[in-house]
Amino acid sequence: MIDGQAIDTEQIERLQSIARAVRRRDLEVVHGAKLGHVGGEMSAIDILVTLYFAVLRIDPKRPDDPERDRFILSKGHSAVALYTTLAHRGFMLVEELDTFAKPLSKLNGHPDRNKVPGVETNTGPLGHGLPVAVGAALAAKLQQHSWRVYALAGDGELQEGSNWEAAMAGAHFKLDNLTVIVDRNRLQQGDGTEQTMHLEPLADKWRAFGWSVTEVDGHNIAQLLATFARLPFKAGKPSCIIAHTHKGQGVSFMQDKVAWHHKVPNAEEVTTALKELGEVVA
Amino acid sequence: MTQLFDCRDAFNDKLRELAALDPRIVAVVNDSVGSSKLNQFAELYPNRIVNVGIAEQNMVGISAGLANGGLIPFVCAAAPFLTGRALEQIKADVAYSNTNVKLCGMSSGMAYGELGPTHHSIEDLAWLRAIANLTVIVPADPVETAQAVAVAATTVGPMFLRISRMPVPIVHDPDYQFVIGKAARLRDGDDVTLIATGVLVTQALQAADLLAAEGIAARVLNMSTIRPLDVTAVQAAAEETGRIVTIEEHTVFGGLGSAVAEVVVTNHPVPMRILGVPGIFAPTGSEEWLLRHFGLTAQGICAAALELVKGVPMAKV
Repeated sequence: MIDGQAIDTEQIERLQSIARAVRRRDLEVVHGAKLGHVGGEMSAIDILVTLYFAVLRIDPKRPDDPERDRFILSKGHSAVALYTTLAHRGFMLVEELDTFAKPLSKLNGHPDRNKVPGVETNTGPLGHGLPVAVGAALAAKLQQHSWRVYALAGDGELQEGSNWEAAMAGAHFKLDNLTVIVDRNRLQQGDGTEQTMHLEPLADKWRAFGWSVTEVDGHNIAQLLATFARLPFKAGKPSCIIAHTHKGQGVSFMQDKVAWHHKVPNAEEVTTALKELGEVVA
Repeated sequence: MTQLFDCRDAFNDKLRELAALDPRIVAVVNDSVGSSKLNQFAELYPNRIVNVGIAEQNMVGISAGLANGGLIPFVCAAAPFLTGRALEQIKADVAYSNTNVKLCGMSSGMAYGELGPTHHSIEDLAWLRAIANLTVIVPADPVETAQAVAVAATTVGPMFLRISRMPVPIVHDPDYQFVIGKAARLRDGDDVTLIATGVLVTQALQAADLLAAEGIAARVLNMSTIRPLDVTAVQAAAEETGRIVTIEEHTVFGGLGSAVAEVVVTNHPVPMRILGVPGIFAPTGSEEWLLRHFGLTAQGICAAALELVKGVPMAKV
């Protein structure tokens, strides 16, 4: 039992297997395109897979269903992780991932909702996802709809002031249908978050802004499942999940290394990484 | 005495009328209910006004989210802060994401007069017309303002409406039909074309009267859509009148004059005068004083047109 939830071992193993497949594919796509942000993608993939395969009420055949849950990738530079997850979930063909960053591909370096089914808003500049998520959650409340809204924000991204405008608004409008997940990998492009611009005490900041906060291991799918199952943490309050993660998770030479923010792995590194990640059992 | 109107009233009357018919319409404000004259809307529809506090980036992002959720947000905020502070949200969340958000920049131009250049919105047209997939509309009078609001509500896609607070007379007939991307020819003439936008259209019409007294027939175009620009009307003006004066309550860098000049130089080069704020931060003064100071009056427009006509032979170019 975790937080009163029965553990479904089979489901967890299935999600772990999908996450492994997404990580492998992500690395191959980034290597092929010579472009991407693998570090932050590896840190986010367990969260993305858990959401897309066990939490979000979505239908890949009806990506515009008005009643769908909304997922917003605020850290838009982790686009390949999102594309790969969407492809595995059936929003596009997995083969399409090979077009990533090629001329005229719909798979840009940052997601475009007008080209990629399942993308809710065009992110890339940081601090944009949470305000849009607040709006989508507020739209549900204003129209008495039951959809839920999830935003995944990078931790370094929280240095953008617009997030805190949105944090105020989420609490003010009592958006308990809104959840922000912070990918707390503690690194940003140039250095550690705390060396660059202190974020701690991060949970206290969200609490002070009126959010109900939980901290989890962002790579522990059982914990993630149990946490999402408890949403909203408190009626009338938006929920914040601080997911403690590792940049480059799953690949020893990438893990917790600033350099792997947007470094592209060479062929040898990809081979080593795939060996470490392990084969995907069908 | 000609009756003068604050276009915010026409904006609000129409918005309430449309909101009664379409429950998807909501207003989004940054503590700007009063300055946007939304008090009656707020009384009628207390659950359809979203006040985000003083937070323009969040205001525009939230509006993109409201549109994602099927609503039609009319963002009503002072133009300088809406456009300047939230420019990246306008670009990424609204225009590039192609969300059905209506950005309504209130008290545009130098409406805030003595409050100074921080509160003047004279760069907005340059900033916004550089952004792809964003329709930029500057109504000239209450008739056009009401129609622009109706068109905005019923046309899906990102839009910016530049709403003035300077009292202006009605320049359009009651049966006028505003069409996005179509200039309105308010006066015929073949000697020079005066292309104006927003509240200065009325000054252009008066300038045409002054020019008529000098024997000069000035064509007057109300260029109420800055993007997409009515290229056909500009080209015809260049070809048929051979001289063009543009008039805008905006810096001369990148606004209406620049947009017209881009068309003129690439299609049919003719001499032009671009009237606006000459690339400086305005000195202290009321809006009326500043418009006079910068020659954005019937007399100033007339003088610029005369200069063109004298400099260029009256025979067709």
